[in-house]
Amino acid sequence: MITFDAVSKHYRGQTVAVDKLSLTAPSGKLTIFVGPSGCGKTTSLRMVNRLIAPSSGRILLDGEPTDTMDVAVLRRKIGYVIQNAGLFPHRTVAQNIATTARLNGTPKDQALRIAHELLERVGLSSAFANRYPWQLSGGQQQRVGVARALASDPKFMLMDEPFSAVDPVVRGQLQDEFLRLQRDIGKTIIMVTHDIDEALKLGDQVVVLRTGGTLAQVATPQELLARPADDFVADFIGRDRGYRVLGFAEFAKGGVPLGAEPTATLGATPETLRQIATDRWVLVADSMNRPLGWADVDSVKGPLRDGDLNLSGTLAVEGSSLRHVLDAALSSPSGRGVIVGQSGELMGTVTLSHVAEAIEAARTGRMGTQP
Amino acid sequence: MRFDWLYRESGRIAELFLWHLGLSVIPVVIGLLLALPLGWLAQRAGFFRSTLLGAAGLLYTIPSLALFVLLPLVLGTRILDPMNVVVALTVYALALLVRTVSDGLESVPPDVIQAANAMGYRRLPRLFVVELPLAVPVIAAGLRVAVVSNVSIVSVAALIGTPQLGLLFTQGLQLRFLTPIIAGIVLCVLLAALLDGLVLFAAKRMTPWQPGGAER
Amino acid sequence: MIAWFSDPTHWTGSDGVFALVIQHLIYSGVALFFACLIGLPIGLYVGHTGRGVVLIAGLANALRSLPSLGLIVLLVILFGPVFTSDMAFIVPSIIVLVLLAVPPIMSGTYAGVAAVDPAAVDAARGMGKRPLDILFDVELPCALPLIFSGLRSATLQIISTATIAAYVSLGGLGRLIIDGRAQNDYYQMAAGAVLVGALALLVDLAIGILSRLTVSPGLTRRL
Ligand SMILES: Nc1ncnc2c1ncn2[C@@H]1O[C@H](COP(=O)(O)OP(=O)(O)O)[C@@H](O)[C@H]1O
Ligand SMILES: [Mg+2]
Repeated sequence: MITFDAVSKHYRGQTVAVDKLSLTAPSGKLTIFVGPSGCGKTTSLRMVNRLIAPSSGRILLDGEPTDTMDVAVLRRKIGYVIQNAGLFPHRTVAQNIATTARLNGTPKDQALRIAHELLERVGLSSAFANRYPWQLSGGQQQRVGVARALASDPKFMLMDEPFSAVDPVVRGQLQDEFLRLQRDIGKTIIMVTHDIDEALKLGDQVVVLRTGGTLAQVATPQELLARPADDFVADFIGRDRGYRVLGFAEFAKGGVPLGAEPTATLGATPETLRQIATDRWVLVADSMNRPLGWADVDSVKGPLRDGDLNLSGTLAVEGSSLRHVLDAALSSPSGRGVIVGQSGELMGTVTLSHVAEAIEAARTGRMGTQP
Repeated sequence: MRFDWLYRESGRIAELFLWHLGLSVIPVVIGLLLALPLGWLAQRAGFFRSTLLGAAGLLYTIPSLALFVLLPLVLGTRILDPMNVVVALTVYALALLVRTVSDGLESVPPDVIQAANAMGYRRLPRLFVVELPLAVPVIAAGLRVAVVSNVSIVSVAALIGTPQLGLLFTQGLQLRFLTPIIAGIVLCVLLAALLDGLVLFAAKRMTPWQPGGAER
Repeated sequence: MIAWFSDPTHWTGSDGVFALVIQHLIYSGVALFFACLIGLPIGLYVGHTGRGVVLIAGLANALRSLPSLGLIVLLVILFGPVFTSDMAFIVPSIIVLVLLAVPPIMSGTYAGVAAVDPAAVDAARGMGKRPLDILFDVELPCALPLIFSGLRSATLQIISTATIAAYVSLGGLGRLIIDGRAQNDYYQMAAGAVLVGALALLVDLAIGILSRLTVSPGLTRRL
């Protein structure tokens, strides 16, 4: 548990970067600080490991005030990950990761062993161990940065925009992997981001800060979307709030009734297709029953080829959120959303109206208490 | 300080000063004119780059007095000929400036070059209209180093008898007399400051878009 | 000149080539040692704290414009009477050599430390490294390439100026040039020049090798 107790920071007596911040980041949870640029997120984060000294107020780790601890000892207890990873360019990947373990007194060979284990853990093969940082992509460097913070097995972690320097695709991958990792390790984490989507996706608890370093709202992502505290928070979360709410797990439960969907395979003749078809569109699958795309019965002239397929529909994995299910239904040319199992095999399709009913049901269940 | 001595010798000192000025400036000018095309070559192609920059580094390694002494062998001049000094200092200036010009051209943002290409500039016009002007700050920085170090190196040529302010040092030592030595040092430093300021001023005039002129 | 080199009497003895090379190296080594002793800590301090940047930049510029020959002659006349024996020209010469070698070492070290990725330093602080550990484990190793380039210019400057100092009687290969000039023996002068050039190239090569051995491949990006 990390506790902020009326923490303020003034730079040169004038700029107020953080103003009387009081909040708790609960143990084993991922707390996200989010807010517009310059609102004091980084300053707040760096006050925890005293890279910046607070002007007033106290920060406590599991109830223990940090202002009386030796700074180096304090920092060694806390994993620290920054935007551009900050790897040591003159050390190999394995040496980089081992640094924090070494600082905490782990013998050298054991630290290197830990480094190799962590490398796999963050999704890099051990072939990377003896490379230097310049030989890694930005995303790979960031993984090493996370591994380095984990090598001393700290109870607490601080992360300052850890995924914002990489392209959106890699960012998504890193986020997913990090969520999986955190599920295993259950560290007490404070992460800073300016990206509200990232905050809503990753956070167990989201702390919204406003310019001037004051607290706007502390809430779970769902609460934040459902009940923004004021105009500032509502504005900051932005458009598509209603649609985004569908992304949360509680909507996934009710479930949407699955309809059976007949399929054709490549090479089918127009006659076969017409026999199978229930309407203009026929779903085409491969020999393992994995959906490939939709065929338009009216326009197929010869045996079915790859080029005949319409690929516009997205696939929703069984058990994923209603946001994905709705998207599958909306994007499908037949209006029937394709649901697949974990290994990509066809489970069935859902109709737009069934999805809408499910949303309606979930809404009344959830919002029932609201006027 | 014996000012009466300075006054009596002022004619000769002025003459030495002018010699010093010429020996400092002419090699840098020639060096720059040669370094522009060579630096351009060094910046562009891989083979030229390693050869030219390697050769430049090698030449820069040779101590000045050694170069003064060896050049008569190469040029067929007499040891006292001021030509040896001019050529030696040109070699140093060239060695330094080839690298500087290539660095300067490299410092031009690739976006700007692409934009120029997109507008339809051909290679040579682009060099003169876009790249060279933008490389001025870096080239000027190198030029300042070249010109200031040259002023100091010129005085070494006194050891082989070439006329310039360095003769005041050898004369001072022979006579065990401080006045000419101090006068020589002061004039050298002034000359260096003057030439340095001149390059700085010219570079500022050539780069009106820069917030601080050529100061880097 | 080949004749000069093939005369064995020119190589041995107290004023032979071997003895002169050794002398040249000793004076240069001593000067380099003191220049490092002064330049490295100042460069590290300024790079690490960011204080005094303008001061060392100005100092480097000012010292570059000082004529080395004038400085040597000046110090010999000033200090000459203070010392007896050879120290009368050795000490002033070494002082000038040090004076000329400090700026490149100092600026190279400063530039090297200042150019270290601030994120790496921040990460080092954040993980709980103490200031001196950061200096020696992160900043110094990352600054090595530029420190070596400063060291290289300093060494060349020293070897070159030590040659000139033969004019005030300092030993070393410059003797061949200065004495050759006095005796109107051009071949001896040329031989001296060739030897000095070769010495400079060899020492430069040695520093290059040393830097290859000590600078991490993570920085040179050479494998
Ligand atoms: N070292 C500093 N000196 C003065 N002002 C600073 C300093 N660091 C940050 N600030 C100011 O404090 C405010 C908060 O900065 P920061 O915590 O970095 O914001 P964020 O991380 O949310 O973008 C900003 O207005 C910034 O300009
Ligand atoms: Mg920030």
